Amino acid sequence: MLNVFHNLEISHYIYLSTVLFSIGLFGVLFRRNAIVLLMCIELMLNSVNLLLAAFTEYMGDANANGQMFVFFIMVVAAAEAAVGLAILVMVYRNTRKTDVSFLDQLKD
Amino acid sequence: MYRKDKFGIIKTSKMSEISSLPLQFLILSFITILSALYVVTSKNPVHSVLALILTFFSISAHYILLNAQFLAIVNLMVYAGAIMVLFLFVLMLLNLSKESEPIKSNLWGIAASIAAGMVLITLTAAFQKSGIAVMPAPSEGIGLVKNLGRVLMTEYLVPFELSGILFISAMVGAVLLGKRDKNSEELVDLNNNNNA
Repeated sequence: MLNVFHNLEISHYIYLSTVLFSIGLFGVLFRRNAIVLLMCIELMLNSVNLLLAAFTEYMGDANANGQMFVFFIMVVAAAEAAVGLAILVMVYRNTRKTDVSFLDQLKD
Repeated sequence: MYRKDKFGIIKTSKMSEISSLPLQFLILSFITILSALYVVTSKNPVHSVLALILTFFSISAHYILLNAQFLAIVNLMVYAGAIMVLFLFVLMLLNLSKESEPIKSNLWGIAASIAAGMVLITLTAAFQKSGIAVMPAPSEGIGLVKNLGRVLMTEYLVPFELSGILFISAMVGAVLLGKRDKNSEELVDLNNNNNA
């Protein structure tokens, strides 16, 4: 299985995670449902994680520094999801909506 | 020299003369990108969650191909197991499982796709200049828990402890945010009493 790498270039992983990141960015810009926005942010974080793992393999780093960064990104993502969803539940309790385009009271 | 892999594809072990991608990578990338697109475009948020779980599974498979076995398992447990269940739980709790999103205007979609497309084009154009670098032969045992645990407990000990503090503060914050204030609690009690 691991002989896959004989044909793989690092640029394939770069392009794959660029595409994933752009899809996540498109979702953040396009969608209005706040829960889907959070999911798109998770998608973007995951594309970065994939690239970090690819570069760890590419550099042949014995200390696996890139994979350590993936761990810490996962920690931050988990904390972000918990706090974000708690904020979302509170917003829903006050406004009965999760549509971000209605959350513009700070504008006035 | 030629040999067959387990999918029956003949390939050379001399690299870089053939530019064909390995089948595993192609299939996995296809699944990843398609399900990521479905996350973004699906109207129903529950379908988005399920497609995102599929995306995480295929990214975990990518991790296994990249020799990061422990990361693959942790990705499955943390993302597909914990975070996505949390998302699904909130969706069910808020009763948003139906298609509740208003149709967006076309203009907004065009603007969003132009912005994301510009990012995509700029990044790929920037990476185009980096040249072709072939992945080296896989180095064994880097991504196993033995090695990662040693590094985590020696070099990255301080960030590890700090991430524990971050987790505790996030947990306290989530509980504080999720707690009802007194007035609404009384309302709930009233409702319960009435029902009883």
